[in-house]
Amino acid sequence: MKSRWLAVLFSFLILITISSCGNSSAQNEPASQVVGNIENKGSDTIVNLALAWAEEYQTIHPEIRLSVTGGGSGTGIAALINGTVDIANASRQIKEEERENALANGSEPVEFVIARDAIAVIVHLDNPVDHLTLQQISDIYSGKLTNWSQVGGEDRPIVRLSRETNSGTHVYFLEEVIRLGEKGNTTLFSRDTLLLPSSEGITAEIRQNPNAIGYDGLGYVTEEMKVLGIASADGEEFVFPSQETVNSGAYPIARDLYMYTNGQPDGVVAAYLSWILSPEAQAIVSELGFVPVQQ
Amino acid sequence: MKINFRNQSRLGEFAITTLIKIAGYSAILFVGMIFLFLMLEGLPATRQVSLDSLLSDRWYPIEDYFGVLPLLGGSLLITLGATLIAVPFGIGTAVYLSEIAPRWLREILKPLVEVLGGLPSVVLGFLGILVLSPYLRVLLDLPTGLSALTGAVLLGGIAIPTVVSVAEDALDAVPKSYRDASLAMGATEWQTIWRVTLPAARSGVLTAIMLGVGRAIGETMTVMMVTGNAPIVPKGLGDLFSPVRTMTATIAAEMGEVANGSVHYHVLFLIGIILFLISLVVNVTASAVVFRSKKSQDRILS
Repeated sequence: MKSRWLAVLFSFLILITISSCGNSSAQNEPASQVVGNIENKGSDTIVNLALAWAEEYQTIHPEIRLSVTGGGSGTGIAALINGTVDIANASRQIKEEERENALANGSEPVEFVIARDAIAVIVHLDNPVDHLTLQQISDIYSGKLTNWSQVGGEDRPIVRLSRETNSGTHVYFLEEVIRLGEKGNTTLFSRDTLLLPSSEGITAEIRQNPNAIGYDGLGYVTEEMKVLGIASADGEEFVFPSQETVNSGAYPIARDLYMYTNGQPDGVVAAYLSWILSPEAQAIVSELGFVPVQQ
Repeated sequence: MKINFRNQSRLGEFAITTLIKIAGYSAILFVGMIFLFLMLEGLPATRQVSLDSLLSDRWYPIEDYFGVLPLLGGSLLITLGATLIAVPFGIGTAVYLSEIAPRWLREILKPLVEVLGGLPSVVLGFLGILVLSPYLRVLLDLPTGLSALTGAVLLGGIAIPTVVSVAEDALDAVPKSYRDASLAMGATEWQTIWRVTLPAARSGVLTAIMLGVGRAIGETMTVMMVTGNAPIVPKGLGDLFSPVRTMTATIAAEMGEVANGSVHYHVLFLIGIILFLISLVVNVTASAVVFRSKKSQDRILS
């Protein structure tokens, strides 16, 4: 929950900064200078990035008000469909049923790829396991492997950690890792997988529990946990996540991050989105541990 | 002048009694409307999802698995665990405060217990994640400390102030003459407490327990943070040591993402109905117990 609270707190802070900016400019210029209002909501993975962008954009364009909140990809897209936000952040592509819902509401979601993210598989620092194949990770999460000794570790039970089902990261991990990207594969998370409501919940457990395995966006990984190298198949090289390995395509679990708008954006929203894709804004992407989109 | 004054006061009287009446009836009205709303939103689920699938043992709503048994079991297991902790501690504390502690200590302790009751549950959740769950994992050599036990201990802690507060009031209301009579018959202090004071305060103590149970089953934030939220059907008390997922945590975690009017949305409301019915049963049982014991007391006294 912490990240969500932080997100709320940050958005308040931003609102305060914006309003104080507005006040200071109001002393020099008329208050009608505020010409645009952009509501931005969705993925918890993206929220820190979206906040950094919003802060930077407001120093360049003080006439635009931006408010950013988290809550999960599904939450953001639901808000876009209900028309309460201008831009939805999502760490997964919009689902077919969500697109249908939007069309039924008379709007067509338009997709923008705004950054890329590697999913790091993380364990406790004392865990002797350094790398796993995709197949092994899939078997661990589906419940076929239950002890670390089965993958070359100590004799300890494996405790599987995952984000809640409303997380785009959860859906991505299910489709691309547990089901190995195969259509028609209906493997599910093992029943005893812990579903934690926030990234913070996962990192808190990984930091102190040597039995645990978890996954999270590379931007959330700190020194206090160990990132595993991953091979896409038996006999392939083990690759650690980084900007280079994501852009070269060597790291197997990396995904695009998206923003969605209601119909083709125009006015301030279009200007903001084209700024996000500029080299200047993409530099912020790498500062936060994500991978910039290649131009 | 006099008549005018009287008329005015009658008018005021009428207005105030009407307002109070409205306030009283509005509670009934609100409960009725909430129940109606839950029914309207939740009952479609019974038509959209077959009973077999509702009673299955897998909850994975994004792939249309809507088995509510793991959630029901999780809630009941944690509530049971919390009750096992809160009842002895809560009633013990109440007996100590009311019967044994010197007056000055009681004046300090009772407000402190009530402060404990006012702690925001999210704060307890943080304590659970950062302190209690790692501690229990190492102490009991569990795979993970994010388990039903951690949730039950914290919920017990949340329920204790409720139990203490109500039970202490009930014990306090037992006339001093009962105790004096018992002590005069040569009973020890403990015999007086166990055989005379507690039975005399029976209905209040039972109400205290019921209110504590009600407090525990509805708690959301703490359990969502510390129980691991894995939807496994508990098979017995031994499953206190493994993770569980409760009904409240499920609603809180998933309500934000569901599309309005989808099957998942209706099933979440159905879970809300189940929770509502459970707390209704707990409350009705509590008042039935109070009612019955009052009647038997009256008989004894008459």
